[in-house]
Amino acid sequence: MALDQSFVGRSYPPTEPYEVGREKIREFAEAIGDPHPAYTDSEAARELGHPDVIAPPTFVFAITFKAAGAVVEDPGLGLDYSRVVHGDQRFAYTRPVRAGDRLTVTSTIESIKSLAGNDVLDVRGEVHDENGEHVVTAWTKLVARGASAAGAGAGKQGE
Amino acid sequence: MAAKIAYTDVEVGTELPARSFPVTRATLVRYAGASGDFNPIHWNERFAREVGLPDVIAHGMFTMAEAARAVTDWVGDPGALVEYGVRFTKPVVVPDDDAGAVIEVSGRVAAKLDDEARTVRVDLTATSAGQKVLGMSRAVVRLA
Repeated sequence: MALDQSFVGRSYPPTEPYEVGREKIREFAEAIGDPHPAYTDSEAARELGHPDVIAPPTFVFAITFKAAGAVVEDPGLGLDYSRVVHGDQRFAYTRPVRAGDRLTVTSTIESIKSLAGNDVLDVRGEVHDENGEHVVTAWTKLVARGASAAGAGAGKQGE
Repeated sequence: MAAKIAYTDVEVGTELPARSFPVTRATLVRYAGASGDFNPIHWNERFAREVGLPDVIAHGMFTMAEAARAVTDWVGDPGALVEYGVRFTKPVVVPDDDAGAVIEVSGRVAAKLDDEARTVRVDLTATSAGQKVLGMSRAVVRLA
C-alpha cells in the first residue's frame, strides 16, 4: 500500500547529542583499513588545518542513519522496516566531523514515491555541532521492497 | 584544509591512481562493530541466502568508504571533500575464504567546477568480480 504523502516535508525533533570520540574514530578508520594520520594523530590533523583528529567522510552515516531510523519507524508512516534497503547515499560537508564534536541530527522526509511496487523514501539529515553550526547534510534513499518484490530486490545493498 | 593537489595542475580527464581494496568476512565483522550495522546479511550466510542473496554481502557503506579513499588519498586531506554521493547498484559478495572479495576503484576528474573555490568533480568507478557495484559515484573536492 502506498505511503501517506502527507508525511512529505515532515521534520522530526533534533536527536540527543552524539559525542564523537577519538577512539571511536580510530576504530572506524581501522575498520575501513584507512591509515591516514589525520584520523588518529592530532598533530597530523593540525598540519592540515584541523583543530583535532577528523573522522573519515562516511563515519557520520552511523549517526544520521540512526536518526533516520526514528523517522522510518514512525508508526504513523507505516513503513515495513524489515524490507528496507539502502538505495543511494549522499553527503554535503561544511567541515569534517572531528573528535569532541557533539552532533545533533534533524531529519526531514523529502519525498515519498511508489516505484514498481516499492516505497521509496528520501530522508535528509542535517547535522549540527554544539554551537549550532552546520557540519554535514546526509541524504539517504531508502527502498522498502513491496511484498511481491521481496527476494528479487534483496540483491541490493542492505543496511 | 590542505589539499596536496593544486587546482591548476588538474585538467578534465586527469586520472586518479587506481586502487584495490580487499574485503574478507573478518573485514565485515570488524566494520559491523565499528559502524553499529549488525544486519545479518553482512555476516550470516544462512540468513543472507534466506533473503535471496547469493552469499554474505559487504555493507554498502563499507564500499562507499573504500571508494572515497581513491579521492582522499589522492588529495591528501580527507577534510577537502565537499560532497560525496553514490548509488548502491550491485552487492559485493564476500565468500567465506581467505581471499574474500576485492573492490577496485578508479576515478577521473570530470569537471572543474569553480576556479575561485578550486573545486573539481571526480567521477568514481567501483567494481567487484567484474561487476559495477556503485553507480553515480561522484565526489566534489577542494584542491590547493
